[in-house]
Amino acid sequence: MRFVDFFNALLEGKVIGQKCMDCGSYTCPPKATCDSCGSRNLETVELSGRGVIRTFTTTYVAPSGYTEEAPYTVAMVELDEGPWIVGRIDLPGEEVEKLGQDLIGARVRVYGKEFPTEPFYPDKKRRVVPMFKLEG
Amino acid sequence: MRDVAVLGVGMTKFGRHPDKSLVDLFAEAFFEAFEESNIELKDIQALYYGNFVGEMTDGSGNLSGFMADEIGLRGIPAIRYEGACASSSVAFREAVRAVAAGYYDIVAVGGSERLYTAGTEIGTRALATAVDGVYEITAGLTFPGVFALAARLYAKKYEIPLEELREMMAMVSVKNHKYGAVNPKAQFYGKLGDLKVEDVLNSRMISSPLTLLDCCPMTDGGSAAIIAAADIAEDLVDMPVYVRGTGQSSAGGLFRQKEDIIRAIPRKKAAEMAFKEAKMTPEDIDFVEIHDCFTIAEIIATEAMGFFEYGQGCYAVRDGVTSIDGDLPVNPDGGLIGKGHPVGATGVSQVYSVVKQLRGEFKENPVKDAETAMTDTLGGDFGTLVNMIFSIHRR
Repeated sequence: MRFVDFFNALLEGKVIGQKCMDCGSYTCPPKATCDSCGSRNLETVELSGRGVIRTFTTTYVAPSGYTEEAPYTVAMVELDEGPWIVGRIDLPGEEVEKLGQDLIGARVRVYGKEFPTEPFYPDKKRRVVPMFKLEG
Repeated sequence: MRDVAVLGVGMTKFGRHPDKSLVDLFAEAFFEAFEESNIELKDIQALYYGNFVGEMTDGSGNLSGFMADEIGLRGIPAIRYEGACASSSVAFREAVRAVAAGYYDIVAVGGSERLYTAGTEIGTRALATAVDGVYEITAGLTFPGVFALAARLYAKKYEIPLEELREMMAMVSVKNHKYGAVNPKAQFYGKLGDLKVEDVLNSRMISSPLTLLDCCPMTDGGSAAIIAAADIAEDLVDMPVYVRGTGQSSAGGLFRQKEDIIRAIPRKKAAEMAFKEAKMTPEDIDFVEIHDCFTIAEIIATEAMGFFEYGQGCYAVRDGVTSIDGDLPVNPDGGLIGKGHPVGATGVSQVYSVVKQLRGEFKENPVKDAETAMTDTLGGDFGTLVNMIFSIHRR
């Protein structure tokens, strides 16, 4: 599976992962080998696209190419199938600070949002960011 | 395998060097190391050089040949090592292995980097090349961001109120700035030596919950060391410092490591490898120079290396255990926070501090009766991890 396939699917509202036909665990984003057992016997599957926030940070000092987007909140979400993915929480920085550590454990739905690419990003046409929307 | 020892060490002052190139910085550090090694230039058989982002900061790659040529060693094998912030520790470890294997007798090691002069935006982007270049960078994840994620996860996992953890993290900054302020080679020499916890908490927010003073600075600088087979070293210098054990490990992105980012599993593996090779345990270590790129990073490192239980490193800082007069002095040279972090030069600068301390030449912040010490260098989000143990005793 190519990295662009993951992001293309994300823009269609789908989170694509791989199910290991040997150990049954899920790998996401895609990888050449199962993230749990190393097997190459993987099948591409659509995941639920839902999970919980495990940690996050609001970034005020952004790298070159990302400064227009700051402040933004980067988070790691544990998907219901087990893998963790990196993306952004779609809340303004002030609301994130207000909620603080209480955001950890909150349920989210994952979708993709397109941003302008930057000189060093591998996809020279666009940059897709996994976005996390709070549920309920 | 043969025993290996350090003959000499050198480093530039760390800080801002807009008027010195990557080559200038390395050469300056190299000749300081050379002067105390009692060898001739022609004795050096190879150069192991560490640099992380010369392409981005100085528009320069293929650096090792230029370094060798500059110091008068045109023609020797010269190799550049890149392992993000651990670049020169990787170079050092590979140099040790080559000498131990008997392939070379005497080699030069070092590194240089220019992050301060590159400016914050380029510097931040350059450092961020060490996160996953597809799945992490797309969200704008920075290095303060990586350790901010770790800090919140640490607080949650070990059930510590975030504000309480932040205070203990701030104590790392206060401690390391106190030591850095008296180290003449440090970026903050003569500065920030009397910081208060409140100063750290109230400084500018970089990536919540990390403030500016939770972060090491952007730094320009160079470092170098010359190493030799122990039998040769003993004929050359009065006090060889022996490399007793080294370890290295790797990892993929943060999202692959999941909750293990607060346990730094690659560091645990690298440290265990070094202890095994040295036939030592954490109790044998008198002090450590640790990769405190951020305050929380020092806390996590002391746990993963085996000095404290997981979740207890923060209390060790609070209780003064990691102060210079505590049971395990951590970063008596100021660490990355107080001394500065010229990425590719950082690993060998830790070796510099350890060697000076063990020889009793570290006048500013001497660790009493230190005979054995350990370095810890982290590259990226745990992608490259190097731990090394040094001693004044051969075996």
